[in-house]
Amino acid sequence: MLLQVDGVASFYGEFQALFDVSLEVAEGETVAVIGANGAGKSTLLRTVVGLMARTTGTVAFDGRPLEGVPTHRRLGLGIAMVPEGRRIFPSLTVEENLLVGAHRHRPGGWDAGRILELFPALADKRRRPGTRLSGGEQQMLAIGRALMANPRLLLLDEVSLGLAPIVVRRIYQALPEVVAGGATVVLVEQDIGRALRTADRVYCLLEGRVALQGPSGGLTRQQITDAYFGMRAGTGGGGRA
Amino acid sequence: MTWLNDVVQGLLLGGLYALFATGLSLMFGVMRLVNLAHGDLSIVAAFLALAIVDTVPVNPLWTVPLVVPLMFGVGYLLQRGLLNYTLRGGDPLPPVLVTFGLSIILQNLLLEVFSADSQGLDAGRIEDASIRVSDRLAVGWFPLLTLLVGIAVLAGLQLLIGRTRLGRAFRATADDPEAASLVGLDHRHVYAMATGIALATVAIAGIFLGIRTTFAPSVGPTRLIFAFEAVVIGGLGSLWGTLLGGLVLGVAQTLGAQLSPGWGVLAGHLVFLAVLAFRPTGLLGKAVPA
Amino acid sequence: MSGAVAAPALRVQRATLASRVGLVVGVVAVAVLAAGPLWARDSALRTLVGFFTLLALAAMWNLLAGYAGLVSIGQQAYVGLGAYGLLYFADTLGLNLFVSVLVAGLVGALVAVPTAALAFRLRGGYFAIGTWVIAEVYRLVVSNVSQLGGGSGLTLRAASAYDRTARLFATYELALAVGVGAVVLGYLLLRRRLGLALTAIRDQEAAAQRLGVDVFRTKFLVYVVAAFGCSLAGAVVYLNLLRVQPEAAFSVNWTAFMIFIVVIGGVGTIEGPIIGTIVFFVLQETLSGHGAWYLVLLGAVAVLVTLLARRGLWGLVAGRTGWSLFPVQRRLQELHPTEGR
Repeated sequence: MLLQVDGVASFYGEFQALFDVSLEVAEGETVAVIGANGAGKSTLLRTVVGLMARTTGTVAFDGRPLEGVPTHRRLGLGIAMVPEGRRIFPSLTVEENLLVGAHRHRPGGWDAGRILELFPALADKRRRPGTRLSGGEQQMLAIGRALMANPRLLLLDEVSLGLAPIVVRRIYQALPEVVAGGATVVLVEQDIGRALRTADRVYCLLEGRVALQGPSGGLTRQQITDAYFGMRAGTGGGGRA
Repeated sequence: MTWLNDVVQGLLLGGLYALFATGLSLMFGVMRLVNLAHGDLSIVAAFLALAIVDTVPVNPLWTVPLVVPLMFGVGYLLQRGLLNYTLRGGDPLPPVLVTFGLSIILQNLLLEVFSADSQGLDAGRIEDASIRVSDRLAVGWFPLLTLLVGIAVLAGLQLLIGRTRLGRAFRATADDPEAASLVGLDHRHVYAMATGIALATVAIAGIFLGIRTTFAPSVGPTRLIFAFEAVVIGGLGSLWGTLLGGLVLGVAQTLGAQLSPGWGVLAGHLVFLAVLAFRPTGLLGKAVPA
Repeated sequence: MSGAVAAPALRVQRATLASRVGLVVGVVAVAVLAAGPLWARDSALRTLVGFFTLLALAAMWNLLAGYAGLVSIGQQAYVGLGAYGLLYFADTLGLNLFVSVLVAGLVGALVAVPTAALAFRLRGGYFAIGTWVIAEVYRLVVSNVSQLGGGSGLTLRAASAYDRTARLFATYELALAVGVGAVVLGYLLLRRRLGLALTAIRDQEAAAQRLGVDVFRTKFLVYVVAAFGCSLAGAVVYLNLLRVQPEAAFSVNWTAFMIFIVVIGGVGTIEGPIIGTIVFFVLQETLSGHGAWYLVLLGAVAVLVTLLARRGLWGLVAGRTGWSLFPVQRRLQELHPTEGR
């Protein structure tokens, strides 16, 4: 297992966002995490990458527990995240955003040239300030920035958020090459159909817990809807635990 | 036309102010920290140079390659060991309180170790040498050197920030510390590098101040105030603005002193207040978030 | 859910047992102190004048920084203005000596208005230095006005019209009033809506603004009140010392002492300045022979307390015991169904 998350609980101050979440990802897999807004998907990724101030349980990467390892060092180990909202650096150009992604040099096949081949839309905008791009281009840049570190595990947080379908498609078209380059991918996605089409396995979160997991081809639509919305046979509205 | 001479002298003085202001501007730009001990640290550097010169009689300019790296180290450790802890949690009080406390500590430590006497660094003939431009205008070699060094330091810093790996780290961390950690930047180290560089520049400023005029343990705060005024006049967020601010301040003070000896510093303050009142973003400033 | 349950009747409660005890103790203490001229020596009274004025200054700085989030290192501007205001009104204009003290306070408040307009354009650390620069401007302007004694200062001549002992007693009572008044003023301010607004601003300014708190006006008001308090205290200080010099009256050491006291005692608590002033005076008495090392220690303690015990000495006590001598927190207390209101 490249990534092993065991019984993790995460808190924003007093508020608990994750309750006893377990998840595992084998090397080379593509795993999707789906769920309604507020289900804890982003919190889960943030926990893996080390941005949660208060968390219990274990997160292990390649067998090694990550407790106490700060985020910037997790990048050195090979965990990169494309954060929700892209978070491109406004004071850096497109090219510099890519370069800073490689600040911690890790061996691998990705470099600025290859990324600009992957996302040609960025090529003639290299010297523009990073945020003077369209939403889709910024998303491509954010992904490219993460790839520059040649990560073994790439976490994608809601890359389709706020983007037109045609742009989202273009971005997802790049994924196979990313996987072929050796990255294991965990993606958080609002679009269930796309998640199922892209991933090998799926986890569905509901109110901070894992409500359903399984191979993307092996789950029925009913199962997914039930887990997503928290409906169980016999109860009326959304069952709050 | 003595006013031309005054303007020129003011510009030269401004070079020294710009040198002082650079470090303050850098620290604020990278981590939003205003170091109230900034001026006192320059005086520490001046006293270090004095201690070296008292032991080994060399021209004080030779102490620069020794004191500057030393002060860089001091800055790195200061940030890493103390100031980083004040930046946690976004509370504006601790950085001000701790750096203010540091200022008091440094001033009084220097007072105990070196006494309150005014000191000077003797650089020999270069201090008095000047270039005769006309029969009414003379440009001192040392003030000119100071201005040139100030410009060189600023240009060097601009290059560092714009073209190097560290510079990108500064800008990225200043933009978004959390996203910066995602790409592997350790903000504790990045901040410490910024402070190290800031103290290195302020060390040069302190030594040049000591050569140009006298210094004593208590003059640090005045240096801080002038550096701050230069930054605000020039505009927050712009390094070249800091140079311009320094020049404007130097000219204002020199012209003011012509009207009446006690009015020099006051004239500088009034220009600062005027900029604050009528153009708060400064002469070259970009809009800066609070 | 079954049928609705009647919402419990609630009452806003502020006083606690500790605060009621504290109130009694406080009143007794003030009464004893007010009788000071009866039982204390002249030198002790003079020291107490220094104590109460410093307490007032600290209470004001606490109001600014601890509640309004305005970290000013320029309050010495108002101390100096208070001193020179006293000189001007009492000596130059011939006003009654003690009325002049009050007027000097008002002068400070008046000057604070345009000062705030300028200073508020800066934030955070830059605001701090900005206030310092402004204090320097006041010092330089005053130093250059020869009628006010210029750089070498002036002595308060109007004071000699009074019998020394009577003047000392009156100054002492005034200082006591100013010191206690400053603390009580801070407390009253915080009990009202203004206080809630201030605490909200301190905790989360952006959120407070969105909830309708007029942040600017609130901070402005606090700044002017603090200026009044500092000027009043400054006038009393120099009523006691008699000799006013710009370097001393506008010295940043005033702020250094205010900061030390409030930080040690506990920023953002009303009890803090009281404790801090006591600690400060004790330290000053015991360490005064050691020159600059005393200030090094002061600075070091302030740094350590800021980093390690952010809520100061009172914060440590209150944290353990839950005491609150000046309760400003409001608790919701459920009323027994038979209790009225």
